[in-house]
Amino acid sequence: MNMNKQGASGTITRRTALKQGLLGAAGLALCGRRGAWARTPDSPARAKSVIQIWMWGGPAHTDTFDPKPDAGYDYCGPLDKTIDTNVDGIQIGDQLPLLARQADKYSIIRSMTHGINAHETASYIVQTGRRPGRLVYPSAGAVMSLFKGIDRGYDGLAPPYIVLTEPQGRFSEAGFLGQRYKPFATGGDPNRNPFVVEGIVAEGVSDERQHGRRELLHALDSLGKAMPGNPHFERLDRCEQNAYDLMFGETRELFDLSKEKNETREAYGRNTFGQSCLMARRLVEAGVPYVTINYKGWDTHKQHFQIMKRKLPELDKGMSALLQDLSGRGLLDSTIVWWGGEFGRTPRVQWAPPWNGGRSHHGQCFTSVVAGGGFKGGQVVGASNATGEEVTERPVYPVDLIGSIYELMGIEPDGPLPNPRGLTAQVLPAPENGEPSGGRLYEIM
Amino acid sequence: MRRLLLAVAVLVPMGACGADAEAVRPFEREAQRPSTSAIDSLVLPALQAHGIKPANLCSDEVFVRRVYLDVIGTLPQPQEVRQFLRQRRPNKRTALINSLMDREEFADYWAMKWCDLLRVKAEFPINLWPNGVQAYYRWIRDAVRDNMPYDQFVRELLTSSGSNFRVAPVNFYRAVQGQKPETIASAVALTFMGTRSANWTEAQRANMAAFFSRIQFKGTAEWKEEIISLDPAPAGPLDAVLPDGTPVHILPDEDPRRVFADWLIAPGNPWFTRNIVNRVWAWLLGRGLIHEPDDIRPDNPAVYPEVLAYLQKELVAADYDLRHVYRLILNSRVYQQSSIPQSNHPGAEALFAQYAVRRLDAEVLVDALDTVFGGAENYESAIPEPFTFIPNQQRTIALADGSITSQFLEMFGRPSRDTGLESERNNQPTDAQRLHMLNSTHVQRKIEGGWRMRRILQAAETNRTEAIQTLYLSVLSRRATPSEMAVVEAYCEQDGLSGEQIASDLAWALVNTKEFLYRH
Repeated sequence: MNMNKQGASGTITRRTALKQGLLGAAGLALCGRRGAWARTPDSPARAKSVIQIWMWGGPAHTDTFDPKPDAGYDYCGPLDKTIDTNVDGIQIGDQLPLLARQADKYSIIRSMTHGINAHETASYIVQTGRRPGRLVYPSAGAVMSLFKGIDRGYDGLAPPYIVLTEPQGRFSEAGFLGQRYKPFATGGDPNRNPFVVEGIVAEGVSDERQHGRRELLHALDSLGKAMPGNPHFERLDRCEQNAYDLMFGETRELFDLSKEKNETREAYGRNTFGQSCLMARRLVEAGVPYVTINYKGWDTHKQHFQIMKRKLPELDKGMSALLQDLSGRGLLDSTIVWWGGEFGRTPRVQWAPPWNGGRSHHGQCFTSVVAGGGFKGGQVVGASNATGEEVTERPVYPVDLIGSIYELMGIEPDGPLPNPRGLTAQVLPAPENGEPSGGRLYEIM
Repeated sequence: MRRLLLAVAVLVPMGACGADAEAVRPFEREAQRPSTSAIDSLVLPALQAHGIKPANLCSDEVFVRRVYLDVIGTLPQPQEVRQFLRQRRPNKRTALINSLMDREEFADYWAMKWCDLLRVKAEFPINLWPNGVQAYYRWIRDAVRDNMPYDQFVRELLTSSGSNFRVAPVNFYRAVQGQKPETIASAVALTFMGTRSANWTEAQRANMAAFFSRIQFKGTAEWKEEIISLDPAPAGPLDAVLPDGTPVHILPDEDPRRVFADWLIAPGNPWFTRNIVNRVWAWLLGRGLIHEPDDIRPDNPAVYPEVLAYLQKELVAADYDLRHVYRLILNSRVYQQSSIPQSNHPGAEALFAQYAVRRLDAEVLVDALDTVFGGAENYESAIPEPFTFIPNQQRTIALADGSITSQFLEMFGRPSRDTGLESERNNQPTDAQRLHMLNSTHVQRKIEGGWRMRRILQAAETNRTEAIQTLYLSVLSRRATPSEMAVVEAYCEQDGLSGEQIASDLAWALVNTKEFLYRH
């Protein structure tokens, strides 16, 4: 009934018009500007690359970068000590001594929040800056692949958006942008020799055999030969040429960690995470705009403290070596390092069975860490309460963090998001759409 | 080694040994066949008028592979190929078409196609949830398998009321991206009229939305159960206008959805039949008579309006039996043409002067690899509430839930089932796909680890030539030509590679040919 009346009177609300794509790019620009929030629209990029250390499953913020040593045993368990960092007034968990010495390079955001405790939804929010809606939006990496990738002249040795080593899952990273913007997942293990990069470095097939069987393939390509000049087949041939260029060109050497000095490899830690950090450094050095290190194993419902004792030193070594190495090579100014998971973990320990000393999901308050690429170091943004359960100061929502990263990368967060489906979309949601926001992180940019 | 291969290829060029014409020219058949198809009598003269020579008829080898892939989304087994090639009766192609439509894979494959359009997925952003997905999928697959008349199929989807677990077709409304009447109307227009409401006037959109303005969604105490019903106490009668401009007065106790559905499926309504016969044509031939098939509008005319009209008339006369339309198309010479063009006219492909090559669908491709080598993919659902049990030997075309994640399927362009647009399925090749096929451990393991491959290897110990032919029949649904056999034999004779490596290289080469990767 209502719709009928609305149609009869001929009124079109702005939102309806947007949704139905009546307004073109000009209309969108009019509606989408964030006004006071926006800096100059075409601010030059300060960062060239992002390394995202994705703490898959959600890391305990209170055992890492937001320790609460006075909260008591029910909150701290055995991890009730902090360590001074090389920045006055900033302490972190005592399991991260090497990172403590790099604190001047990074800023800790202790007031991250979105309130969601389900992995899928939280992963989506943290990586897209959006609440789930009817469309699946692209992750930050896919947006980077769109704006900094092949479409915009990127011509690097490796694909523009790389995941070490397995895709994060939970949702389709490229969203409605489609497969062209999906991450290239390396597979394999950078801590093994050779690092078998899926599709690029084959195990047990010699180069000679590769060449021999490629020749065999061409000799047996009877249908292709029967249809010379077919445009569909020519496109496949171009893909094949590109694929072989990746397999036999310098790309393979880029992924070859044995090219690194032994002491460098040791400094990062001889484990999958450490060598992934080293690999990520090699990739950004080669100009890859977005690298995700998908660091699994942080969904610690059970045996939490045993796992922390094992994994925190690994994190400490790999991430501190990465920061130091990037800085030493002059790459930290142009590389954003973004550490965090989909949420934090419940500050109060679950001692009762079946958890017997575990931490559950906590989206109300958690921590992210950013470094480099225009982010200041040695700062703390926001604060949580005495137990780490609630944000008390300066809430930061995923949209604020991602928007800040986009800005440093020279991507206009309020600009249009071009996409193959022709949907009218914006890079990040405008505040009037009801997305909670605490504002971008200008205090550390 | 490299020099040796090239030398052999030069010595025995294609077509030089004229022992068996079919084997030497594996793709086309020179002989003409009298056609009784009305489609042919409409298309062939039109091509002639354009000065376009149509392609030759495809060979039996090409036909058997093509019709398996197009009709049941499945590669034929070597023995099925052999059996078909052996047959000498003149109507064997028709007989094969008929028998394929009775197979379980027919239901699997076309249920998959319908689930793309009807957006069957558990999570994000459709959120049917696993129980709803299973109920809806079952219903769709049963409808395909039992050949439910198409008008009845659509009527049930549009007019059902009840629980999403018990009255499965109500999930149509739950699988729309939003519960607003205009959102539902636009999904109905896209799916069943093949038209995008974004191209309509605001008044037209509002008119159509009125028919879906009394739907209610209500949760129950059961986890993720939802009741779809009509507003039991509407404010009064509804004055609405059908898409053809006819005004209707709907009383409070009438279901506006029924009024709309009755209009939609009425035999004289061209919107209804044009959409579906054009889609079937596009599904079988790669593009619609109207293209894109879900973008029908006055300024996007059909290339052969008479063919469209003919198929519409036939569908109504056959009481909306979709398989009748499939048969008409599949038995035509237009469908059975070779993909090798006889004309370099730039519009030849769009005018159906040859069969258009296109890459296998993601699901069909991974199933084909498993069929050839004897392996299986393991799928699992990460979505609880409740977890979906997926058996180990599950074929990919029979997966119910579009939310099942698989890197391979996403890489090869499986539709995300978010919008119901045909263009969501993306069969364009990418560098990443090529890398994956050429050099991934996933494909290498499939080649080396499957039981069928081991069997072929065993057979090679007693009769190598026959084993090679079996591999050819498995992968390309035909025997190797003499010149191909010479190339392969030469590869087998080289030093430094084990028998397993040679067999694996040959299999690798064959699954990387265009002939394997494309429908042709």
